[in-house]
Amino acid sequence: MTNSWNDIKNADVVLIMGGNAAEAHPCGFKWVVEAKANNGAKLIVVDPRFTRSAAVSDLYAPIRPGTDIAFLSGVMRYLLGNGKIHQKYVNAYTNASYIVKEGFKFEDGLFTGYDEARKNYVDRSAWEYEFDEQGMAKVDETLQNPRCALNLLKAHVERYTPEMVERICGTPKDKFLKVCELIASTANGERSMTSLYALGWTQHTTGAQNIRSMAMIQLLLGNMGIPGGGVNALRGHSNVQGITDFALLSTSTPGYLVLPTEKETTFADYMKSRAFKPIRPGQTSFWQNYGKFFVSQQKSLFGAAATKDNDWAYDYLPKFDTAYDVLKMVDMMAGGQMNGLFCQGLNILMASPNKAKTQSGLAKLKWLVIIDPLETETAHFFENHGEFHNADPKAIQTEVFQLPAMAYAEDEGSFTNSSRVIQWHWKAVDGPAESRSDIQIIADLHSRLRALYTKEGGAFPDAIVNTSWNYAKPAHPEPVELLKEINGYAIEDLPDPADPTKTMLKAGQLLPTFGVMRDDGKTSGACWIYTGVYTEAGNMSMRRDASDPTGLGIHPNWGFSWPANRRILYNRASADPTGKAWSERKKYITWNGSRWVGGDVPDYAPTMAPDKSVGPFIMNQEGTARIFARGAMPDGPFPEHYEPMDAYIANPLHPKVTTNPVVRVFAADAKSFGTPDKFPIVATSYRLAEHFHYWTKNVHDNAVLQPEMFVEMGERLAKAKGIKNGDWVEVSSQRGMIKAKASVSKRFRPIMVDGKPCDVIGLPIHYGFIGLTRKSYPLNTLTPSVGDASTNTPEYKAFLVDVKKTTPPASQPATV
Amino acid sequence: MSVLQALDLRRRSASSVPPLPAGKPAAVAVAKLIDVSKCIGCKACQTACLEWNQLDQPIGYTDGTYNNPTDLTTASWTVMRFTEYEHGDDLEWLIRKDGCMHCDDPGCLKACPAPGAIVQYTNGIVDFISDNCIGCGYCVKGCPFNIPRISQTTSKAYKCTLCSDRVVVGQAPACAKACPTQAIYFGTKDEMIAHAGKRIVDLKSRGYQNAGLYNPQGVGGTHVMYVLQHADKPSLYAGLPDNPHISPLVGIWKGVMKPLSLAAIAFAGAFGLMHYVTKGPNRVTEHDEEKAAELAGSDKA
Repeated sequence: MTNSWNDIKNADVVLIMGGNAAEAHPCGFKWVVEAKANNGAKLIVVDPRFTRSAAVSDLYAPIRPGTDIAFLSGVMRYLLGNGKIHQKYVNAYTNASYIVKEGFKFEDGLFTGYDEARKNYVDRSAWEYEFDEQGMAKVDETLQNPRCALNLLKAHVERYTPEMVERICGTPKDKFLKVCELIASTANGERSMTSLYALGWTQHTTGAQNIRSMAMIQLLLGNMGIPGGGVNALRGHSNVQGITDFALLSTSTPGYLVLPTEKETTFADYMKSRAFKPIRPGQTSFWQNYGKFFVSQQKSLFGAAATKDNDWAYDYLPKFDTAYDVLKMVDMMAGGQMNGLFCQGLNILMASPNKAKTQSGLAKLKWLVIIDPLETETAHFFENHGEFHNADPKAIQTEVFQLPAMAYAEDEGSFTNSSRVIQWHWKAVDGPAESRSDIQIIADLHSRLRALYTKEGGAFPDAIVNTSWNYAKPAHPEPVELLKEINGYAIEDLPDPADPTKTMLKAGQLLPTFGVMRDDGKTSGACWIYTGVYTEAGNMSMRRDASDPTGLGIHPNWGFSWPANRRILYNRASADPTGKAWSERKKYITWNGSRWVGGDVPDYAPTMAPDKSVGPFIMNQEGTARIFARGAMPDGPFPEHYEPMDAYIANPLHPKVTTNPVVRVFAADAKSFGTPDKFPIVATSYRLAEHFHYWTKNVHDNAVLQPEMFVEMGERLAKAKGIKNGDWVEVSSQRGMIKAKASVSKRFRPIMVDGKPCDVIGLPIHYGFIGLTRKSYPLNTLTPSVGDASTNTPEYKAFLVDVKKTTPPASQPATV
Repeated sequence: MSVLQALDLRRRSASSVPPLPAGKPAAVAVAKLIDVSKCIGCKACQTACLEWNQLDQPIGYTDGTYNNPTDLTTASWTVMRFTEYEHGDDLEWLIRKDGCMHCDDPGCLKACPAPGAIVQYTNGIVDFISDNCIGCGYCVKGCPFNIPRISQTTSKAYKCTLCSDRVVVGQAPACAKACPTQAIYFGTKDEMIAHAGKRIVDLKSRGYQNAGLYNPQGVGGTHVMYVLQHADKPSLYAGLPDNPHISPLVGIWKGVMKPLSLAAIAFAGAFGLMHYVTKGPNRVTEHDEEKAAELAGSDKA
């Protein structure tokens, strides 16, 4: 979230699209209800089906799964064409006026630089600004130059007329225009819109671009950095923000630093592309501090073994050749390229798409280690569970080890929620039997491996034997010790920059802020954005002061919000260029003549005067936010609609480039995509409020509330197939087949796509063959093994299937 | 629930209640307000009810709807009822939390022949006192909302207590406490009516011209009330009665039938005694035990 859960109450318009907050985030949804009840907010829900969120909305619009970019580009066209943008904000705080290189083009579904053979944009050099001799980006503040980013955007979205949106998305034109009007009502600094999304946007082959489309809309409206605004990812686990902050992507390191590639063989090479020189005069370009964060991280990883002479142990880091995400791992397993797998808190047989492929991969492993508090399908993958999981144990030689882990309430530690707020949690009960905390399991494993490498050596034992491991009990680091290590501390006495004769921090003292991190090896800190969470004043994540002096939902003394306890990111943009609030209603951070003041921590140098014209988006070299993404996205500087890989229609915009042209498709999966002639129904998948992933099917009361798998479908489809509520149906895709009970409802209506009705069905993700709920076929039997071009998040939200009535599974009663 | 005897009674089934001691004020009337327009149907209230009351609802099957369990049971004292309401091009998904309405004029209590099996406290809560329940099922007939369920195992009637055990110590009912969207409010009846008034203004401003409070006067008003988007048509909400009232049969039972029934009971008692004297006591056979186990399993499904 750029903003916070509590901040939603400040919104005037709430747009839920690419998510279903009432269903998947019922507790956080209270802030939407709060905005409606006490701020007069209007709630818009755009979703393929009429959801629980839609049940309490003011305006619902249907959309075909996987067409969000067409919808959002249509919104951009509406805003630009009707003068419904916050022009002063756009001019001052975005790269609207920046002049884009002459060579940049978009034709027939492709941007400049595409290599057909490598299925990639190998040359992104044209996705760039024009620069002057001083290396500064050229701008035309009058916006007259047709090569200005804003003018290129206008041209790019011109194709997305309301008629085209209706044709692609199936959203009726009148509904679409009503949504546009409500969104446009926030383009003035007086009112704000918040965007709430979740996996309904990320789980597509265009996932990151879905979110970027909304970021662009929020910039055009002037809704970034504003109370009740922002682009807000609703996280699906209590600590999924935390794991994201700690290198969720295989090519990252904690704090959104980047793992070196195999081409960056030296530290100098690595830093060469990370200078982050400002490209507009006088800008902050905060990432110029990259070296300080990187060196402090190396010191926390390798301690005394990381020295200036060995480039801070740069050679100890792995250098990646390609991303090793979960889809890649499964592909390697299935291809016989992996011997062993650790599944720590991961039920990969259920969580990775194309279950048959995962099953074949697991069966080729020599060993599989499960670290989990619960019994998982993965731990039992070799068992035969009848038609729900028809494995042949005799044919599988994989050795499976189950290490029982404690659940979160059985150990203390911290969670980082969607608001980026780090909150300590205390132990409630002892873990059962021989269970151990995840930390203990990993620490014990590390100690044993380290002993083996110390004793026996090996090809390159250095990184493991030199890992810093300074805990009172090496086999059982305390969570508090880890949080201190993450926060960082001074390795030597640090002089006060204002008066070098004085000492600012003594050796061993905890760092108060990442601002004091150094690239000379005198500071240690594992994750710079978390610095400040555990200072000499104590463990800030334990704070529980609910007071909110401004009434804006900031709660500055509750936990610790990274970075720097800031609750709304880019909040300098809540004021106009002179430092005054855009409006009294949305007043947040303002300039008082000598410093920036307000209820939150300014996202800006606190005494930087407005007349210095430093942009509010200090993480960018421009100081402005980007409506033109330069080379940052692998699939283009502007979002473009591409069909899901199971394409329902040829792309009406460019039939020759129907799907995302840079999606990674493994050779083994080349024939795994379905076509509408065999699979004429669009399917999507989702969570239910009653369950949490694959966990709560082990809990009695949750199993009572939703006991069994079902397939949701509309009345038209059911009638055509002779299906009644509660009948058993077979759902098949190019990947496999499942059986489940039908749930026929009015909430699924056929969507008119390209003038013809398109039936959509919905499948909950939770059910499997382990747990207290009725045994079911896992839903991921049906889904394709392909992911987003940027992140490789699997495309769970849009795929093609067929449906027919069938007989009940052997072990289920025929009637309810 | 003997702790609750500390609560003063207003009514007691098949018996009279002594007046409050002089000078002791009656407890203020309480109410639960369920704002259907804020409800997302997450069933947190159902879970809270199961947990707080330590109810053991067996895991069932899906019937192809979101209603789970599909009906009230002796162990599920509240369930969500989902209704799809289509009008013209528009669709609404009306989600109503069903359970005891705690009528101010309770038909169950009036119908109940067992002294003290159903009581109404002075705060308005209607409670079943299991120790006194004879499982006759008259409360089911007396209820205009089809709420009580009779256990085949214990032969007792069960329903929502409005968490009288929580309310007596100043806590809100478990469902209200658990509700994430504050769709369930709890307080004095006057406060709840005032709060509902504000919600209705908001709903009318959003185009629900017939938004209103459901507090039906046919049962003297209720201590569980709803804010409805369509208060002109309560039956849209999974058959919520448009105009509930106590069945006239209850009056007949309590009037004409009562002396006749008492005579019949006296006869049955005398017959039972004769049977014991002449045939001896009843013995539980293995077959009886098996049947009982079967019943216990089937009770709550």
